[in-house]
Amino acid sequence: MSTTATQTAPPTRSRKRGPKSLNAGQGRRGVLLVTPTLILLAVVIMYPLVRAVIMSFQKDSGLDPATGMFSEGGFAGTQNYQHWLLQQCAAAGGTTQPCPPGTLGSQFYDALFVTLFFTVVTVFFEIGLGLWFATIMNRTFKGRGLVRAAILIPWAIPTAVTAKLWFFIFAYEGIANKLLGGVGIKPLLWTGDAWPARFAVIIADVWKTTPFMALLILAGLQLISSDVYEAAQIDGASKWQTFTRITLPLIKVPLMVAILFRTLDVLRIYDLPAILTNGGGGSGHATTTLSILVINQIRAGFNSASALSTLVFLLIAFVAFIFVRFLGADVVQRPPGKEAAKRRWFRRQPVAAEGE
Amino acid sequence: MSTQALPATTAAANTETHQYRHKSQRWQNARGYLGLALLIIWGLAPFYWMVVTAFRDVDYTFDTTPWPTHVTMQNFQAAFSTSTGNHFGRALVNSVIIGISTTTIAMLVGVFAAYALARLDFPGKFLILGAILGASMFPGVALVSPLFQLFSNIGWLNGANYQALIIPNISFVLPLTVYTLTAFFSEMPWELEESARMDGCTQGQAFRKIMLPLAAPGLFTTAILAFISSWNEYLLSQQFSTNITQPVTVAIAQFTGALPRQEPYTTVMAAGTIVTVPLIIMVLLFQRAIVSGLTAGGVKG
Repeated sequence: MSTTATQTAPPTRSRKRGPKSLNAGQGRRGVLLVTPTLILLAVVIMYPLVRAVIMSFQKDSGLDPATGMFSEGGFAGTQNYQHWLLQQCAAAGGTTQPCPPGTLGSQFYDALFVTLFFTVVTVFFEIGLGLWFATIMNRTFKGRGLVRAAILIPWAIPTAVTAKLWFFIFAYEGIANKLLGGVGIKPLLWTGDAWPARFAVIIADVWKTTPFMALLILAGLQLISSDVYEAAQIDGASKWQTFTRITLPLIKVPLMVAILFRTLDVLRIYDLPAILTNGGGGSGHATTTLSILVINQIRAGFNSASALSTLVFLLIAFVAFIFVRFLGADVVQRPPGKEAAKRRWFRRQPVAAEGE
Repeated sequence: MSTQALPATTAAANTETHQYRHKSQRWQNARGYLGLALLIIWGLAPFYWMVVTAFRDVDYTFDTTPWPTHVTMQNFQAAFSTSTGNHFGRALVNSVIIGISTTTIAMLVGVFAAYALARLDFPGKFLILGAILGASMFPGVALVSPLFQLFSNIGWLNGANYQALIIPNISFVLPLTVYTLTAFFSEMPWELEESARMDGCTQGQAFRKIMLPLAAPGLFTTAILAFISSWNEYLLSQQFSTNITQPVTVAIAQFTGALPRQEPYTTVMAAGTIVTVPLIIMVLLFQRAIVSGLTAGGVKG
């Protein structure tokens, strides 16, 4: 317990505050310096967010595809949300009916499933591979620079290029099917059939983002003093014990932060499935994630697309909240000053259950 | 480690471990090199395949010889050719314009906020830090429909309106910049600033004359990360760009070949190689700084 606490403790304790007179007016200057950033963020994030929420309660004007009637727009109540959550599509005579298959409305729960499936599977593989890669890099000193450069390459390649690269690798006559043929597996329609397409996205994403995970974990590993391991070795701890009782608890915070970042990244995944599998794959929407569904919907109507994007935002905010509040992903750096301790809502969870 | 100070039993156990360690040393070394080889293959193999294909004659697109064969420069010429409606050269320039503008704005604004957040005490600071972090996790797709409507109302969705791409990019580059810079700034030896102030500098002077030169590596790293994240953006650019302002990521995703409905694989691989090479050079030159920037926010929590 104490090790983790010291390791993540704010560097503020040791920092001596100067005499009062030197710090006079800090408050005003601080607010002044932060204001431009806050104004910009308000313009590029808060405004669109609020606007999207307002739009989500408006009817889409224009010809209603279901009824062929011209709809005037105006206040819609929760109709747009019902459209997605309860699968209610507009029907003739102003009533609603369950969304017929094939419409975008009917794809909501499929898209939610695909998004969550991608998230769980990719993050699972990234944790496993990331831990493994980080241990390899942590163990070796010769050639570490070379390995770090090599492993940064997937991270640096633009996702659009990654998608095109794997599209080529997964082509019917491509190298992936050739290699599979070498072990006697029949060629797959990687970007066409539903499940191969899903796994094509997962493989490409794991390839691209595991390095990020590994580097974050490695940074955490490097903070552990080798004394701890020597002590464990002297006490006769097995490798597995050392890993589960020492390494994992000591890297819990950076690991949770890495998992949080990656989870939120996959929840909003767009580029890879959109380019690699054309947003479809198989039945037409086998790799349609929530983000792709929003973009598809925009052409059919801004306001119902806004309702969907608001739902995506709420999902991501909810997951982030769970991580920060209950899983110990301590992402906010405690700034200097007692201000931090006073703020109840962001206060870090006690680093409990680590010291048994 | 010194064994003398330890009690006898522990010392014995220690020697045993030592012998065990010695025996398995060679095996461990071999495993270490195997691991390194695996990591290098993981990082390089798909990228290598892209480069090899980029130099391969289009008639041998699906040749699986693992080394370059039928080498040609034609794919690179084809990538820049505008005869099939691609404007790759222009897209490269666009990406540079958008990347530099976004990075400059985010750095100019973000550096002050990061300084204040790392250094000054003011009400609401913790909340602001949380808000900026929250902003960096904001789903880009939630910006699209409101901004699309707004931009089309004010006529930004046609012609050379680069601001329609730069402004949305700020939404994710600025939080990243502030976050990374704050982490760098809180690591710096601020005692120096205090001594400068004791010697009569104002806080502004102390910052400009003493701290800014020290902060240069952190600023530089953050600028690289900001530029890369803007260069790699696709979702928002795809929605808000026109034929004229299209950045490379969008251009590559929509590359069309000479024959309809046939993917011009080798040309796309050549284009992908061109887009990636500047990034690879940055990674090779600044890998240490990039890694420290990437992990700055994560581990020093």
